[in-house]
Amino acid sequence: MSNESESVPDHQSPAAGSSPQETLESVVIRFCGDSGDGMQLTGTQFTNTSAMFGNDIATFPDYPAEIRAPAGTLPGVSGFQVNFASNDIYTPGDTVQVLVAMNPAGLNANVADVDPGGIIIANADAFTSGNLKKAGYASNPLEDGTLSSYRVFPVPISRLCEESLADTGLGAKAIAQAKNMFTLGLVYWLYDRPMDSTIDYLNSYFGKKKNKPELAEMNVKALKAGYYLGETGELFVNRYHVPKAKLASGTYRKISGNEATALGLITASRLANSELVYCSYPITPASDILHTLCFYKHYHVKTLQLEDEIAAMCGAVGAAYAGGIAVTGTSGPGLALKSEALGLAVMAELPVVIVNVQRGGPSTGLPTKTEQADLLQAMWGRNGECPAIVLAARSPSDCFDLAIESIRLAVRYMSPVILLTDGYVANGAEPWQLPIVDQLEPIEINHASEFNYHNDELDGDGNNCYMPYLRDENESRPWAIPGTPKLEHRIGGLEKDALSGNVSYTPDNHEHMVRQRASKVNRVADSLPPTEIQGEQSGDLLIIGWGGTYGSIYSATNKLLQAGHKVGTVHLRYINPLPNDLGDIIKRFKRVAIPELNLGQLSIMIRSKYLVDAVGINKVKGKPFLVAELVEQLSALLPAPTAGSNGVKEPSAGSGKTKSQAAVAK
Amino acid sequence: MTTVELPTYKPKDFASEQEVRWCPGCGDYAILAAVRKVLADMSAPKENYVFVSGIGCSSRFPYYMGTYGLHSIHGRAPALATGIKSTNPDLQVWIVTGDGDGLSIGGNHLLHVIRRNVDVNILLFNNRIYGLTKGQYSPTSERGKKTKSSPFGSIELPMKPIAFALGAGATFVARCTDVNRGGMNHMPAVLKAAAQHKGTSFVEIYQDCNVFNHAAFFYATEKDEAAEHTVYVEHGKPMVFGKARDKGIRMNGMRPEVVSLEHISESDLLFHNEKELTVSQILAQMTHPEHPEPVGVLRNVQKPTYEGQLTFQIDSTIEKFGGEGTIEDLLYSGDTWTVSE
Ligand code: SF4
Repeated sequence: MSNESESVPDHQSPAAGSSPQETLESVVIRFCGDSGDGMQLTGTQFTNTSAMFGNDIATFPDYPAEIRAPAGTLPGVSGFQVNFASNDIYTPGDTVQVLVAMNPAGLNANVADVDPGGIIIANADAFTSGNLKKAGYASNPLEDGTLSSYRVFPVPISRLCEESLADTGLGAKAIAQAKNMFTLGLVYWLYDRPMDSTIDYLNSYFGKKKNKPELAEMNVKALKAGYYLGETGELFVNRYHVPKAKLASGTYRKISGNEATALGLITASRLANSELVYCSYPITPASDILHTLCFYKHYHVKTLQLEDEIAAMCGAVGAAYAGGIAVTGTSGPGLALKSEALGLAVMAELPVVIVNVQRGGPSTGLPTKTEQADLLQAMWGRNGECPAIVLAARSPSDCFDLAIESIRLAVRYMSPVILLTDGYVANGAEPWQLPIVDQLEPIEINHASEFNYHNDELDGDGNNCYMPYLRDENESRPWAIPGTPKLEHRIGGLEKDALSGNVSYTPDNHEHMVRQRASKVNRVADSLPPTEIQGEQSGDLLIIGWGGTYGSIYSATNKLLQAGHKVGTVHLRYINPLPNDLGDIIKRFKRVAIPELNLGQLSIMIRSKYLVDAVGINKVKGKPFLVAELVEQLSALLPAPTAGSNGVKEPSAGSGKTKSQAAVAK
Repeated sequence: MTTVELPTYKPKDFASEQEVRWCPGCGDYAILAAVRKVLADMSAPKENYVFVSGIGCSSRFPYYMGTYGLHSIHGRAPALATGIKSTNPDLQVWIVTGDGDGLSIGGNHLLHVIRRNVDVNILLFNNRIYGLTKGQYSPTSERGKKTKSSPFGSIELPMKPIAFALGAGATFVARCTDVNRGGMNHMPAVLKAAAQHKGTSFVEIYQDCNVFNHAAFFYATEKDEAAEHTVYVEHGKPMVFGKARDKGIRMNGMRPEVVSLEHISESDLLFHNEKELTVSQILAQMTHPEHPEPVGVLRNVQKPTYEGQLTFQIDSTIEKFGGEGTIEDLLYSGDTWTVSE
């Protein structure tokens, strides 16, 4: 399996200081264990510390759908992968250089992804005959030589942790739960990380929030004990150091996609000087948006947890009708339930944003795994001709920008906007360069307050009545909200008269309105920024991606460019409508490839719209693309690199990583 | 002291320009007229009213009101109304629904809007049939009823809307009939009480579907019938009924029974108590022909409203933080770090 060359530890580098220390550009660590072992917390803490230290980071949490699958079994394994680097990274890494396995099942489920020569730190105490059997091992892999191609460090973590906490007077169960912090401490030492941000976290979480200072103290003690074991235990020959990354100057914080979506929604509502009304029903992996939003009441955020997905969508439509910034969030099965009320929003032309955090389907599918298979549902999964604006976020921080953009477009075009993210983007984290608040553009909302039309049959000169479907320059209709004197009007799901919005079954009016609703959504394309192409502006192969595959496709494109291939990549954030210039871009390339985590849904759209024989690269394993597999499959579509290309081509400046605000529609 | 000029309205001010298109003789007309009259009497600004409906004959109601109106999708009006009222608690939100819309396809939403005590007024037109789809049995159709979809008789037991609302924890439950040819119609009084109640008001209205289920409620609406088969309940008063007001309801152990007032005094009768859930529940179980069916306000208690608590949490959080949050605070919080060139 190929691997990013800069990530391979440099064993030749001279040892530094008293503890021999090597400097590495990037390292991928995966923490794994039972879903009760606290691996998500451990991984998150390692990530936070690395981000605060100044590394670039990308994470991939991977956990089972069951809250607590039977302990020690393969289905119960929970993992958290983090790539931290001193260079720019775009993915959590194809393979891992360090595996921390808290039990045999964790080892068995993950060992195949470890680089040859990679480090395996295992909790030797968990490798009991019972656990080995549950994990499907006939003999102990820590002892039988099967791991000889790795550098294996069996550490009696449970026992050492227990011994170091014996004087705390706490029960065996509490002490056992601290072994993840003990392990984290050991890894902190190995990778030369400071402990203070985790100590702060433990004190505030256990000490303040849970009001259990004794647990805070115990966990801090475990963390330090692990760290000191590294220092004094002489387990490892080397220590490693990953210097700070050269990120653009500014203020940063670590952000996951769901957090970014929540913050983007709040920011948009404040930019619009309006109230955010978020209507939702709990669903994995979208619930964290609700969990985040419900804390921000002092930003006038109203969160309504409704009785089902249908009610959540209807509540949002009602909120939009009443003049709020109306949003609902869900995942695939929920989007299916919302489709009827989404149709009402299309018919009534009300601004609602639907965030769909995609997961593996169909049906309940793979609740905690990622997939991109709701694209066509978002595009066409409703009765009738029912167009909505569709956007797709490409990275965790891009969720912030596109959440704002979704609301801006929804209120400007009086249209539902579906914002597609996915489990990978939603749960993954990266450093986010915070926007300069003054540079965020206000969102303009004009609630109608006056008559807008003159009707000869009515009294009065000038405008003497209100026509709720009179169009403006964006083909959008006015938004008069209940409570506005004189503009009382009725709307609903029956076909509307093109002007008054009253019920109309006239054949010509229906055709006009069907075309009008489509035309309005297509109008959005006129306001989009020019499409950026990463790499060549014309050539042998155009790669078209969308959504959370951005990092993998970006990295793969760079590798192909470095190998001298004439490739360009467009990563779509606007899916409906597609950018106006996409057709011309497609014509400039000999072939088109579309990598997607589905069976070819964007392919269907691109092929039918541009009549191009696009080749799909499709994967549906509930996992993101590996860079290596993309490079391999894309290379197969390319002629041999032309002589003279020396592989030094740098990616074009404009198509860099979305760590700061990316261009959005004007 | 300044005085505010309150708007004065006539019922016709609450009419829209649209032609009313129910079947001739439909009970909906009487309800529409009563609602317009009650709103005109209430003198709240017309622009603050929103009528929300789902699908069905009754759900055309918003088109005929000169207020804001949202004719939504089947069964979902309570969820839309929750969104509307939560967004703007100053609005007077009315939901118009039917036995199919509210109790079948929208049963879940109806249950939860009541449970949350959103301050909306729900008018459930019960005609015990699907009218708009031309005559199939509904959740309130009686067992054995022959309809287009039950030619051999319905095999389903009907539900009791009042019992459903009480079960959902309703703070206001009432019943009235579209017309009363046997005495005073209690609909205006019931609608007014519903409008004045803070919290969810649930009103079941017996409504005659002149085309597909005519005369279903004649026992409760016709001359010589209504007074014998309904009992108008008033808080604190004994339950007396009958044309000659010669009958009453008395408790016999756990069961209500009809007694003649010839030998039994009024003080031995069951007294209505709209604050006492048990009394409301007993009333909810009284059905024709064993018992007279109660009309009037069956339950009326005060509990915190959904949108009131929602607003309170927001206001008190703003107070706790010493003001509204800014975007700067929102983004530049938690663990941040600075990179300089
Ligand atoms: S079908 Fe029945 S309920 Fe519907 S309008 Fe006609 S009479 Fe009224």
